[in-house]
Amino acid sequence: MKSALKGKKLMKKYDVIVVGAGHNGLTNAAFLAKAGLDVLVVEKNDYIGGATVSRNLHGDWKYSNCSYLASLFRPEIYRHLNLAKHGLQVVTYNGGFTLTDCGDYLGSYSDHEVMRREIRRHSPVDVDAYDRYYHQMAKWCRFIRPMLLRTPPDPTSFKFRDLDELRWLGKKFFDLGPRDLHDFMKFFTVSVGEFLDEFFHSDLIKAHKAGSAVVGTNLGAMSPGTAYVLLHHYMGDVDGAVGAWGFPRGGMGAVSGALAGAVKEHGGEIRTNAGVDQIMVKNGKVTGVRLENGEEINADRVVSNLDARKTFLGMMDPKDAGEKVVKAAKRYKSRGSSGKLNIALNGVPEFTALPKGSELIKGDFHIVDNMEAYERGYDEWKDGKWSTHPYLDLLIPTLTDPTMAPPGKHFMTCFVQYCPSRVEGKDWTPVLLKQFGDNVIDNIAKYSPNFKDLIEHVEIRSGQVIDNEIGLTEGNIFQGELSLNQLMFNRPFHGCAQYRGPVNGLYLSGSTTHPGGGVMGAPGANSAREILIDMNISTTVPEDEGDD
Amino acid sequence: MFSETNENRSEHDPMHWKSAVKYSPFYNKIKEYDYVNKWHRWAEYTTPDMLEDPTIEYFAIRNSASIFDITPMSKYRIKGPEALDFMNRLLPRDMTKIRVGRVAYTVWCDDEGMVCDDGTVFRVAEDEYLLCAQERQMEILRRNAIGMDIEYSEVTDEVAAISFQGPCTCAILKNMGFKDVETMKMFDVRYFDFPGGEIMISRTGYTGDLGYEIWTKNDQAEPLWDAIYAAGKDYAIRPIGGDALEIARIEAGLIAANVDFSPANETVRPGHAKSPYELGLDWLVKLDKGVVFNGRRALKKEKENGSRYRFVRLDVEGNKPAHNAYLFDNEDGKNIGYVSSAAWAPSAKTNVGLGFVDMPHGEVGDVVWAEIYYQKELKWNRRWAKCTVMAGPAWNPPRKTLTPPADF
Amino acid sequence: MTNNSMKKYDAVIIGAGHNGLVCAAYLAKAGKNVVVLEANEQVGGAAVTGELVDGKKTSICAHYLNQLNGKVSSELNLTSHGLKLAATDVPTIALNVDGDHLRFNGNTVQSSNISEEDTANYTKFMSLIHEYANTLGFLMDEPPLDIFNMDFSDKMTALKLGWKLRFGLGAEKMSEFLRMIGMNIRDVLDDEFDHEPLKGAMSFDAVLGTHTGPYSAGNFFTFLYRYASGDRGALAIPEGGMGTVTSAMAKAAKANGAEIRTAAKVKSVNVENCAVSGVVLENGEEIKSDCIISNAHIRTTVLDIVGTKYFEADFVKRTTDVRSRGGAAKLHIVLKKLPEFKGLTSDDLKSRLVIAPNQKEVEHSFNHIKYKEYSEKPIMEISIPSLVDSSLTDEGHILNATVQFAPYDLKGGWTAKAKADFLNKCIDRIAEYAPNIRDVVEHAEILTPLDLEERFGLVGGNWHHGELTLDQMLMLRPVPEASRYALPLDGMYLCGASAHPGGGVMGAAGRNAAQAILKGDE
Repeated sequence: MKSALKGKKLMKKYDVIVVGAGHNGLTNAAFLAKAGLDVLVVEKNDYIGGATVSRNLHGDWKYSNCSYLASLFRPEIYRHLNLAKHGLQVVTYNGGFTLTDCGDYLGSYSDHEVMRREIRRHSPVDVDAYDRYYHQMAKWCRFIRPMLLRTPPDPTSFKFRDLDELRWLGKKFFDLGPRDLHDFMKFFTVSVGEFLDEFFHSDLIKAHKAGSAVVGTNLGAMSPGTAYVLLHHYMGDVDGAVGAWGFPRGGMGAVSGALAGAVKEHGGEIRTNAGVDQIMVKNGKVTGVRLENGEEINADRVVSNLDARKTFLGMMDPKDAGEKVVKAAKRYKSRGSSGKLNIALNGVPEFTALPKGSELIKGDFHIVDNMEAYERGYDEWKDGKWSTHPYLDLLIPTLTDPTMAPPGKHFMTCFVQYCPSRVEGKDWTPVLLKQFGDNVIDNIAKYSPNFKDLIEHVEIRSGQVIDNEIGLTEGNIFQGELSLNQLMFNRPFHGCAQYRGPVNGLYLSGSTTHPGGGVMGAPGANSAREILIDMNISTTVPEDEGDD
Repeated sequence: MFSETNENRSEHDPMHWKSAVKYSPFYNKIKEYDYVNKWHRWAEYTTPDMLEDPTIEYFAIRNSASIFDITPMSKYRIKGPEALDFMNRLLPRDMTKIRVGRVAYTVWCDDEGMVCDDGTVFRVAEDEYLLCAQERQMEILRRNAIGMDIEYSEVTDEVAAISFQGPCTCAILKNMGFKDVETMKMFDVRYFDFPGGEIMISRTGYTGDLGYEIWTKNDQAEPLWDAIYAAGKDYAIRPIGGDALEIARIEAGLIAANVDFSPANETVRPGHAKSPYELGLDWLVKLDKGVVFNGRRALKKEKENGSRYRFVRLDVEGNKPAHNAYLFDNEDGKNIGYVSSAAWAPSAKTNVGLGFVDMPHGEVGDVVWAEIYYQKELKWNRRWAKCTVMAGPAWNPPRKTLTPPADF
Repeated sequence: MTNNSMKKYDAVIIGAGHNGLVCAAYLAKAGKNVVVLEANEQVGGAAVTGELVDGKKTSICAHYLNQLNGKVSSELNLTSHGLKLAATDVPTIALNVDGDHLRFNGNTVQSSNISEEDTANYTKFMSLIHEYANTLGFLMDEPPLDIFNMDFSDKMTALKLGWKLRFGLGAEKMSEFLRMIGMNIRDVLDDEFDHEPLKGAMSFDAVLGTHTGPYSAGNFFTFLYRYASGDRGALAIPEGGMGTVTSAMAKAAKANGAEIRTAAKVKSVNVENCAVSGVVLENGEEIKSDCIISNAHIRTTVLDIVGTKYFEADFVKRTTDVRSRGGAAKLHIVLKKLPEFKGLTSDDLKSRLVIAPNQKEVEHSFNHIKYKEYSEKPIMEISIPSLVDSSLTDEGHILNATVQFAPYDLKGGWTAKAKADFLNKCIDRIAEYAPNIRDVVEHAEILTPLDLEERFGLVGGNWHHGELTLDQMLMLRPVPEASRYALPLDGMYLCGASAHPGGGVMGAAGRNAAQAILKGDE
């Protein structure tokens, strides 16, 4: 009787299995479940969320130990999946600053006039350039955002949909006119340093702005291609305020928690501790997945929320994937360039440069104050070393969100750029991790005398650690680099850029697809749209709400 | 000079972020007449929307004498051997025609012939100009200065200014002892003696009426104010806020940046900026002035191929201002445009709308329809109003240009 | 008043660089009355032969002829005007410290330690490159497509490009092309090959003349560009140095009726009523023409030659934002006798010798320039033209090298000491491969990017009059408002390399400019 039941359960066939309960996998599953499909999400870890988590790693602290901001998350998805009902609350914060070596700081103020004064304090000639910069960025954000919730066209295809999509894209570019097109092309090719040079004189202001362009990127601030990454980070908005930053109350886990709520609301299932060994294929068609424990689960469709390398090289028989796809997956670039420290603090560290009463510390702050320092940090990374003076993006979310630490205690997330995924070709060891972490802490302590005394617990994560834990290849935070050759119809590569894998019934939903990384949810949503199109089911995935 | 709370914080103050407001040298004087505390920020300075009652303030403009603080205007000084060349390239007007002692109202464009802002240019010396605009212009000046033998600097915080508008203003200035001020023609600018150094007076304004703008050093601001009040005690002088000015400028058919047009250098959406032709400012564009100016090629092309929109001043039927109203064609009912500024004009007794219609609609005398939404006691109503395109501003009295002006 | 000042020309060309001369020749050929005004005593711009010491001559700036436009050469019949090649299809040898060198010849590569797979891949890869190059090559020979105002020929060009991409290459190669076009050379090479010296040498070609290292995105494109222009990347050495090329061009121009005046520096351009009307020379002489064509960099043209006030301001700002950073210095050595390179015969020395041992070293040599330093261990290509061209020197030999990286704006400036130090580093570098080099040096000098700007007007020391990046190509080169050779000032044109298609001693820009001008006349 029991075995018969078990047998029955094994026989159950799902409409779709989503591999990996990261935020995109959950988004994908939620939209599919909402469309009435029988969906199962399998997750290898004992927790869901992938890189979008709040974890109790020490005492009563909640660690957003991978991603730490949620402003890129598409508001359309937020709304259509009813995430507010499932407990998600994204809180806008302000503040932030860059500390200088000479003991000063450059603050980020949300008030435009105060920001101008702050810039004037450092560089009077740059005050009006700041306005121009602001408008230029707004222009490109506005230009690119409607592309996020669309499937990129295949430029070699003659299908009506692709041609129509190409026409839509072409028209967008044409509408720019020659001058804006020039600016836009420039944006895609130049380094963030060169881009900022066209606006600012002050190295400090440039350094303050450049951080977003190198975060998670294996390129330096003087390397061509980084200006686009800047835009990628500016595309976010909170309640329509473009470029504003916010984080979820309760940490990033609130995002995945709410998404999981949406999956379940619509009848989807989520299984943790269910790592997939292989995607099963028969006669060129997906039949389901085999778990690491040998259990086989059947489904007509399998969605991989893993990156292209992990999916095609790690979870598929090369014969199933095909020679072409295997080759392309091997060429897919996903080098890790960042590390992370998550720190439990017994109080708010004091940064001596900040004036008394300043609220700037509520925002994210940095300690690289010149462009050369970024680049030197990158040069070290190129040689397989971590940066001696890394770019740090520091944030103490507990100053805005009291739920993440016990009363009076704080949590600090510390994003480190650059950090190699392997140290000079060798694997990370606990000793190396400690050295790496100590270097970062020493760098912070230079600006904050009481910082070290306040440390209660530190979690040190290199790209390799992140890779092993949540499966981002080399710990690349974008599931693959955001370079021109891996964007739009090139992401992850031609043939798989429309969310469909090389065999029938296989799909991709992770940031390895258009529009790429960040806690955006767009790849998962777009992928769901394509699956529903293939199944001839009317879509549950929202369109971009537009801005004209 | 300022009380503790009115302190102006400079960027050198490490606590500058404590306040995001700057106070004009006239602030304390204006504050004496402020009963309602309705202010907003204009380029960092705080500026009153109203001090008591916009309608009463408006009538000071049209009936006696009004003072509006224009210190927050962005002001720039341009000086050097190539100053004329610089201005002539920056502006579509023929600047060789603007002699020393004259002011030019003008717009300036980007290369695509789209308007960045409008403002006034004062030729204060053979090789020196003062440029005043509502919005900031430093970046535009910077790129225009590349390779030019000029110096330029922002003087916004160094020059305090008031707009002194109304039929009695000339009489008051005469009372103040400014010799021959009555001989100043519209758009003249002259210097006059005043304790603490010369002050500059121009016969300019933004009200479509007789009026002057007075430009001083910061420390002359309060003495000037007192002198005006002393000389004008019989003339019902009244400081005014922006709301009253807004009525006056719409009545006079004048456009405003960020209301009627989006400054091209700040416009993010393709196609949302407007050209001088589309703003009804054809008369400012001298394509044949013989020298290159910003936007020349694009404007030449536009002149040949036609504009997209036409600026219209509408006489709107009824008494409900056509705020943000869509405009529809009289014949086929298609949406052809919108109203960008609207007000009931108390002197012209006209319901004025300023707006834009698609070409070739909107010729003088044409009828278009406005769909007006308004509410009374929180209940919203919709009204269709017939609008006629006017030939010019609703208010354009002879006294605006009469020289010498009548005493009142 | 001289007769000259009364005469009105159909066109005045400022600068007798190769593009100026080519442009003049084409205009003259079409019956136009053209004068070329050159500030220097000799024509040629950066394609010149100059004397080093005691009658020993060499190509002072550019030293290989690899991009000369085939149409220019045949249509102007340069051979009949004296262009003679001392060597063609010069092979390349990438040097290895242990003497185990890598020999490139056409689409093949040989070395004792390279795997068969890599050799085969190299041939395959190069044929793919040539396929891409063929697809794009035709774009070099016509004014860039203006997608915003397409005329009939633009539409044909667009159609042709689309057709070549989609049907010429096929869907698979087209998508591969779209993937690769924005990549860095390092990732491309790592995807294809294992052999480090091979990748080093190939990445050298990608970074040559650019301000990029192998890891910088966009230089796969510069690599491809090499093969899309001229004779499919094949190298030649003109007899008598590069000056022969330009003097042949000058002869061709003159034969067609163009006038060429040297030592005639233009002081200013006359502008009347928003159109050019002529030029004034330093000596005060005035030359009238309604068509002025500048062979100079766009920035020099707008800022110095014409003056910014005759252009609209956004355009001026855009020209100042054109990126034009060079990273290459030119090394000239007069040799008492041939140095001994480990593992090379004297016949081998006729090849192009490349010192770029691996990608990492190339990248490391690039790192310095970012901080305005010169490379500690420079990379370079070496040519000994005297081996194939006896006219350069009576005795001994001449060694030319293009050395990277040297910044235009060295920290602390290019003082005599800084130059001497860098020169030493370069010779040390050669000495790693030719230990006796110091013994045979008779005279050595180096031209830094700053020198190149001062001597040849190469703004920022960039050979291409503006970096060859995707945002500075085709209709965006050098800036959108000037991409079709006409500047936004009536009668003012560009014919130099800052206009499409850019490049080295190519002549395509001059030819295209002439055609655009003639077309406008119709």
